[in-house]
Amino acid sequence: MTAETFDIIVVGAGMAGNAAALTLAKHGLKVLQLERGEYPGSKNVQGAILYADMLEALVANFRQDAPLERHLVEQRFWMMDDRSHTGLHYRSDDFNEERPNRYTIIRAQFDRWFSQKVREAGATVLCETTATELMQDANGKVVGVRTDRADGEIHAGAVVLAEGVNGLLGTRAGVRKRPTPDTVALAVKEMHFLPREVIEARFNLKGDEGLVIEAAGTISRGMTGMGFIYTNKECISLGIGCLVAHFTSTGETPYGLLDRFKRHPSVAPLIEGSEVKEYAAHLIPEGGFKAIPQLYGEGWVVVGDAAQLNNAMHREGSNLAMTSGRLAAEAIIQVKSRGAPMTATNLSIYKTMLDHSFVIRDLRKYKDMPALMHTYSRNFFLTYPELVSESMQNFLRVDGTPKAEKEKQSLNSFVKSRSWSGLLGDAVRLARAWR
Amino acid sequence: MHLLVCIKQVPDSGQIRVHPVTNTIMRQGVPTIINPYDLFALEAALELRDQFGGEVTVLTMGPPSAEDSLRKALTFGADRAVLLTDRFFAGADTLATTYALATAIRRISSEFGAPDIVFTGKQTIDGDTAQVGPGIAKRLGLFQLTYVGKISALDLHARTIDVERRSEGGVQLLRTRLPCLVTMLEATNQIRRGAMADALRAARATILKWSAQQAGVDDISQCGLRGSPTVVKRVFAPAARNEKATMIEPDEQPAEALINAIFRCRPALEIELAALARGY
Repeated sequence: MTAETFDIIVVGAGMAGNAAALTLAKHGLKVLQLERGEYPGSKNVQGAILYADMLEALVANFRQDAPLERHLVEQRFWMMDDRSHTGLHYRSDDFNEERPNRYTIIRAQFDRWFSQKVREAGATVLCETTATELMQDANGKVVGVRTDRADGEIHAGAVVLAEGVNGLLGTRAGVRKRPTPDTVALAVKEMHFLPREVIEARFNLKGDEGLVIEAAGTISRGMTGMGFIYTNKECISLGIGCLVAHFTSTGETPYGLLDRFKRHPSVAPLIEGSEVKEYAAHLIPEGGFKAIPQLYGEGWVVVGDAAQLNNAMHREGSNLAMTSGRLAAEAIIQVKSRGAPMTATNLSIYKTMLDHSFVIRDLRKYKDMPALMHTYSRNFFLTYPELVSESMQNFLRVDGTPKAEKEKQSLNSFVKSRSWSGLLGDAVRLARAWR
Repeated sequence: MHLLVCIKQVPDSGQIRVHPVTNTIMRQGVPTIINPYDLFALEAALELRDQFGGEVTVLTMGPPSAEDSLRKALTFGADRAVLLTDRFFAGADTLATTYALATAIRRISSEFGAPDIVFTGKQTIDGDTAQVGPGIAKRLGLFQLTYVGKISALDLHARTIDVERRSEGGVQLLRTRLPCLVTMLEATNQIRRGAMADALRAARATILKWSAQQAGVDDISQCGLRGSPTVVKRVFAPAARNEKATMIEPDEQPAEALINAIFRCRPALEIELAALARGY
């Protein structure tokens, strides 16, 4: 055992862990942060989009030196069938602002920068060190962690679990359940390298402008899932993810889906001639509000992906992670400043703070969405995209058929496929879940 | 006992790419590692320290980012780290490198005691010269034991060291007097995982950063590019070979199929062999 003790141990150096460690260290607490990867970011996988607002709350002037790729000026939503896509595009020059709202980033680079800020604030950051177990006293209060290093037990007043979606530490200690296949998605992505000017020409960008394409439809083969294409400076991040439970039930493979997505006629020209330099896979918490575990306990709090804090509807995660990490730290600071012990009762203010933030309010709004999407995935990801595509093509193809006839054909195809009651049911269910 | 290990931060050669147009090595974005051979040297030093007591100093020359490698060495258990970093050192070949390192080792000697053994890896994976170890030995007047596979004995009273040195076609058992310089072969040991106390110490340790002047360099013209007689004339990627592998379907006569395939590609060979056969 190491004789040295810390005020707080933060397990994990992703967005949530770094936000927590930075906030704690800035307030003068003695912080130890453990990261199993070779360096912060080496094991962290995300698309990735950075939301400036939540980072500004932690590092106000991050734009000065953070490794940012492109600020987003355009968003495209694609509803795809096997040969087409129907798109909704939004682009605005307003996004070319002095302090842009969203950026693409490369996590391996960004997290290193973020960690440097944590170190500068005074936290001790240990990489290549895996926390293997939570140490608990006779009353079950968490008093520190065991690590995979020799003499690797360290005591602390409280532990912040920012260990990511798998949450092995919390699971092992029995403070949370393992995520189930219906609450996590498996996403795979590739980094396609292309010359800067090629990317800018293909996506109609200039300078540091960036663009996001989010795609759903038959690319997920009836499973709940989405594809994405993000532009970085000199590479395109392209991936697809689906619910793990659906991979199990359909027997589809993640690389099979990715391959189909890449060969789709709408996608292939965008990445033509690129060099793939990186392939990554990651689990994403998709259970929403109802899958959120207990957030605090005797001597511990859980933040970020480990707490299932991910808004699948809006593809937001890192901002929820940063905010939950910051709020957990602020809660701990409050308890500490009162000189009070890190008991569950005292740490419960973390949940109160989180409940009042956009994090829980957004997740609560969509609490019924995961179940709806998971249960009726074939309707939403297979049938409707095909029907929409068919209707669009029918509408656009000029072949002498009277327009009224065309409208009737389209309507009929919807009714034939889903029936009036089915269509109404889907609409009502969707409206209810969205509310 | 004072053990000094020279390490080098090198690009991870497994991930190096050559720019297709300019033919230069693209270092940007290539992860850096401690030269793998140096890790065998470091572990050998740590083992001797654990056995005989004393301390291990690691020394490197490189850009400020080489601090990462030194911190890693501290995590493994080294006691002290020194970084020689100065723009005057840039562009050094092995002659200029050994000048800078030897000068720094003299400064380390006066500050922390003369090293009993100086360790290096047998060579680096980026330069592959294997000259720096022997160069340091020459400049400091140390006995040198290169390509050491094993340190079999160390006698601190008699001040002798016994080693197994790999040479062409065999192993030499050598004994020499301390102080000396040892260059370690690969696969002689495995670098340890530092204990928690080492990791904590390394995370907070201050790494000594010396400029040329602070290291005690009195003749700047022997440093860096100016002190390097080696001139890199050209860097190029070997041209991709045109030959393609051919799959021979396994049939009843695989040897015949193979020979025929070879003769198809090299008709001259068939004629040559036929002539030879006639000769016998």
